[in-house]
Amino acid sequence: MAKFRDWITGTQVWKSIVRHGYPDTRTNRMLTILSNFFLHVHPVTVNERYIRVRHSWCMGGISFLLYIILVVTGILLMFYYRPTIEFAYQDIKDLHFSVAYGDILRNMHRWAGHAMVFTVAAHMAIVFYTGAYKPPREFNWVVGVLLLFLTLFLSFTGYLLPWDQLSYWAVTVGTSMIKAFPLLGSEGPFSRLDGESDIGFLFVGGRTIGQSTLLRFYVLHVAFLPFLISVVMLVHFWRVRKDGKLTKKL
Amino acid sequence: MEEEITGTPFEDLPDEAKVGVEEDEVTTFPHLVYKEFLCALAVLILFILLSVFFRAPLEEMADPSLTPNPSKAPWYFVGLQELLVYFDPWIAGVMIPLLIIVGLMLIPYLDTNPDGVEEYTFRKRKLAIITFTVGLALWFILIAIGYYMRGLHWQLYWPWESREMVKNSAEGLRSLPLYGGIVFLSIYFGLGIYLPARLKRGLLEEVGRARYVILMLLFLLMAGVVIKIVLRLTLNVKYILTTPWFNI
Repeated sequence: MAKFRDWITGTQVWKSIVRHGYPDTRTNRMLTILSNFFLHVHPVTVNERYIRVRHSWCMGGISFLLYIILVVTGILLMFYYRPTIEFAYQDIKDLHFSVAYGDILRNMHRWAGHAMVFTVAAHMAIVFYTGAYKPPREFNWVVGVLLLFLTLFLSFTGYLLPWDQLSYWAVTVGTSMIKAFPLLGSEGPFSRLDGESDIGFLFVGGRTIGQSTLLRFYVLHVAFLPFLISVVMLVHFWRVRKDGKLTKKL
Repeated sequence: MEEEITGTPFEDLPDEAKVGVEEDEVTTFPHLVYKEFLCALAVLILFILLSVFFRAPLEEMADPSLTPNPSKAPWYFVGLQELLVYFDPWIAGVMIPLLIIVGLMLIPYLDTNPDGVEEYTFRKRKLAIITFTVGLALWFILIAIGYYMRGLHWQLYWPWESREMVKNSAEGLRSLPLYGGIVFLSIYFGLGIYLPARLKRGLLEEVGRARYVILMLLFLLMAGVVIKIVLRLTLNVKYILTTPWFNI
């Protein structure tokens, strides 16, 4: 077995992919992180205290994992879902009752979405309680708050898509508040705009929620917001590294 | 197994290999990577099980002519919906969420206390932790009340009360007259900003003038939400300030 292993790891193919020796020495362990595209977001060494589960509760990492689960299940759901008031609800029903594993697919997207709202909030609370936002990492906290906002917005736009009573009226409640925006909303203080030119109309695409709302929320949910949150997330991760203090003892 | 994962212990390395290495510094691989891997595995298993055993909710098809009573926002916004009982929509649905986001973003720039980094400590930063915890608790308490205790016409129902029973919201609500509201708010914000700086010597110099005013303003606004809720529940106050353009 050991001979077979040595032969495999000695081939030109293996060496062209894994560009370091067996990671049992400090050098090779550092190379493991440095020479792997996916691992190199990490620093090569970390302070032992900060990687204890009881320090971070893995909440930032879990939020990211849930985001990946949501992207994967979300893309698969897009194969079956049509954002029209004629088909949307029926397509969700089909997912539950006739698409193979469609039930599990939708359930996972739903539960992971709810869970992500919770884990992002929990991550924020933990970062607060460990004082990890303090200099020099102030700005990354701001980026993090932006990510919390984008997470809520993503969840909210996704909420409408099943087009059932629950989603329709929940989004009605949510969007009705936008009309109360001071100056910009038709029902807010100091309003000069009517119901067909205010910020609520822009957001919903009509006086009430309808086909245009469904399409708007769909495009926001599957293209615009995922793109935006991905970019902001990269900034967030990059700054975790660049702002430093992960290795040094304080 | 354990030896195989950890390999050569750091202490056994030759001294020249230890130069510039902090005492409690460990290599990310495997010490952090294996934790991330196990954590990811556990979360994936959990969500597969959840998805197999718990079906996502799906009600009847959307019907714009059939309004459910009560209609509830998604759970994370129910706290704001609950605030609609106490504030007009432009405050509960716009100003309060905006202030929460801006206030959260400002935290690192307002908190000048350098202590308590990368450790759980209450002693070193009492005020910051109390304030944040109260805000966080408020958010989730409002969600819990809105989600579990609001029934027909957004009336309060205890868990043992029938949700079929119709409750009346006709209570004698009253508002402060205009001058009363102006006096109340002036005293509240004026004294709220003036007194702490006056009573605690050196506070203003320590924190800085601009930072102090923003800090106290946000603090008073957050406390104001609670005060308005209490005034409404005890003294039936509808508005503190009534003007032709807006009410608070």
